[in-house]
Amino acid sequence: MSSSAGAAPADPPLVTVEVKANARRIAAVDAAAARLGLHPGLTLADAQARVPQTEAVEADAAADAALLTAIASWCERWTPFVAVSGPDGIVLDITGCAHLFGGEAALLSAMTERLAATGLAACGAVAGTARAALALARWRPGQVVPAGGDREAVAPLPVDALGLDAEAGRSLAYLGLVRIGDIAGKPRAALAARFGSVLVERLDELCGAASPPISPLNPLPVYVAERRFAEPMGDEATARAVLADLARDLAGVLERHGEGGRRFEAAFFRSDGAVRRVAAGTAAPLRDGARLAGLFRERLAALADPLDPGFGYDVIRLSVTAAEPLAATQSGFGAEPAGAGLDQLVDTLSARLGPRRVTCLAAQDSHIPERATVRVPAQKAWRSREALAHDWAEPAAADAPLARPPAMFPVPEPVETLAQVPDGPPLRFRWRRVLHEVARAEGPERIAPEWWTALDGNRPGLTRDYFRVEDTQGRRFWLYREGTYGRETSTPQWFLHGLFP
Amino acid sequence: MPSFPHPQQAQREDLAALRRRIVEMERLSGLPDGPARPRLSLGGSLDEALGGGLARDALHEAFPAEKGNAAAVLGFALALAAGTRKPVLWVRQDMAALEGGDIYGPGCAAFGLDPSRLILVAAADAADTLGAAEEALGHGALGLVVAEPWGSPRLIDLTATRRLALRSERSGVPSLLLRPGADPGPSAAATRWRVAAAPSRVAGDVPAFCLGPPAFALEIERNRLGPTGHFTVEWNAHARRFTPAPRRALPAAPADRPAAPQPAGASHVVFGWRRTG
Repeated sequence: MSSSAGAAPADPPLVTVEVKANARRIAAVDAAAARLGLHPGLTLADAQARVPQTEAVEADAAADAALLTAIASWCERWTPFVAVSGPDGIVLDITGCAHLFGGEAALLSAMTERLAATGLAACGAVAGTARAALALARWRPGQVVPAGGDREAVAPLPVDALGLDAEAGRSLAYLGLVRIGDIAGKPRAALAARFGSVLVERLDELCGAASPPISPLNPLPVYVAERRFAEPMGDEATARAVLADLARDLAGVLERHGEGGRRFEAAFFRSDGAVRRVAAGTAAPLRDGARLAGLFRERLAALADPLDPGFGYDVIRLSVTAAEPLAATQSGFGAEPAGAGLDQLVDTLSARLGPRRVTCLAAQDSHIPERATVRVPAQKAWRSREALAHDWAEPAAADAPLARPPAMFPVPEPVETLAQVPDGPPLRFRWRRVLHEVARAEGPERIAPEWWTALDGNRPGLTRDYFRVEDTQGRRFWLYREGTYGRETSTPQWFLHGLFP
Repeated sequence: MPSFPHPQQAQREDLAALRRRIVEMERLSGLPDGPARPRLSLGGSLDEALGGGLARDALHEAFPAEKGNAAAVLGFALALAAGTRKPVLWVRQDMAALEGGDIYGPGCAAFGLDPSRLILVAAADAADTLGAAEEALGHGALGLVVAEPWGSPRLIDLTATRRLALRSERSGVPSLLLRPGADPGPSAAATRWRVAAAPSRVAGDVPAFCLGPPAFALEIERNRLGPTGHFTVEWNAHARRFTPAPRRALPAAPADRPAAPQPAGASHVVFGWRRTG
């Protein structure tokens, strides 16, 4: 399917221009310009000489691509398998979907009509392979090729439909091969020897002998439940109720397959073409309709940019994008296992605040303090926390101070310090404009940089000498001096890295 | 002839031993001990003053005794979290983490709180902080819910604290409202704590320049359920309880010379070396 902006006949011809081969050339033309004989590739100077009233605007490839992606996203109302092809094409895999819309021809005309209603000129075709359909849409729009009829259908198309480079096209024309049908009957070995294997591959794709995979715009859902409305539905409360219904439907489907969903996506297709997608994840496989509905209730309430029904939705779809096996469980007579109900809490808070805001701590194998731990989303880690528990150090002995502070600044804060040279502890220091007199200090604990990271071309940093210090009021700090005096630096900097209780 | 206990008596003794084990297991697993009001044990003199520990089905709040004691307030919350064996959910407003530092796993482990029991929630503002804490208080599987908003937003008033307190009462999960950068206002909390850092002890064979275990000057400023009071305690990370701080002895003056009169306010700084880490 290809598209270009339509215009009323009274408007002056409109073209978009881009700089190509050292000249400003036409990239695309509207219907009026095409009628006047302007075509892509013409220089703007020539075009304005022929048609002085031509209006030219700069081509914006990024905006074109964004529009095409938006249209592709809108097309997902017909099939989940939608891919963008080239600068102006969209491929839909309608295998198993067409009967839902009254057959292939009815689906094609419904699509082109709806696109035309939004002001987009679109033409399409249905064929056995993506390449054949794209070629037919360009040169013979509106055609619906019956199964196995690809070879006959593409025979009258020009050889440009193969999508070869300009040189190959010229040499084919030189040989008098102008239609696909002219090449299709020729010996393949000779064709491959002359024009390379690309031509043969493309020919196979065009004639339905080979069907390379197309990569969909969005990951294909595992299970889908959707509701279509005869009239656009603009009531937000109803939309939420429909979503809850769909959650129940989906729970039934998951139950039948013995699976639970880990990631879900709700898609709201607006009648004016906009599509809003909202995703939610869970810490454990889920197939409880009420909980799923609750999850999306939280998610929708927390949206920074709330749902806007506009002129109404015509399709609402809820899909499972990742599923895992989930055996049926029987609730026991005894108490629930410890922490069982917390999956649900983690899911709720993750849906409300975002999965990166609900975290667990995991130990990492590094002696650099800020790399010794990492925060992982609780939805991923909470269920495997027993595995995480063994990595942590033992608690401090009864009479000993803590080896590491429970509160640490991810970016060490510089402090002004008066310290013994070359490697003594600080005597007093100023942190956040408050002067602290040091009463006790222990150290240094020397932490060398990870020299092996220097092999990858990174700067591993300087040696740090850490001190635990206590000020006259009993407040405890974790300070370090960066760089060994005289060897790595002559003016060592001091930083505050953590706070001890 | 050896004397065997009467079979019935032996049975009774077995039963008593089993009951004692159950009580012990319940204490370890954090289950309420009997029909009395469930308590969260803190240890030593604090438990005595509180009648067995901190009430589990209530809201408690902690403020710094004066500015600059945010780390001590955090330490107090960690101590309560370490005292329960169940998972702990900690909601922090982003600003609190910026001001007071991130919660650091190895430090928690050293403090006696297993980091794998912690669920950390970062909230953008005070409303989210309270909302997440309220949501969490509905789950009886938790051992403690800590809510740490920053500053003194108008949102935290009698109504908001009452909501937290009621939810704690219903689910039996204690809640702690941590206010490291705020002054007390009207509140429905059962107890209000003022927390400050205390200087390390000078006792035993620990040299005078060395740091001791974490030490706190705690004050129960308000207590709806019992008396108030001041306590100077140390945290025993191994036993996961507060112990009374040993009496502080001044460093002994050198015997070979008379003690020099020290000017008021001057601190006697001694530095030394001890292997750390």
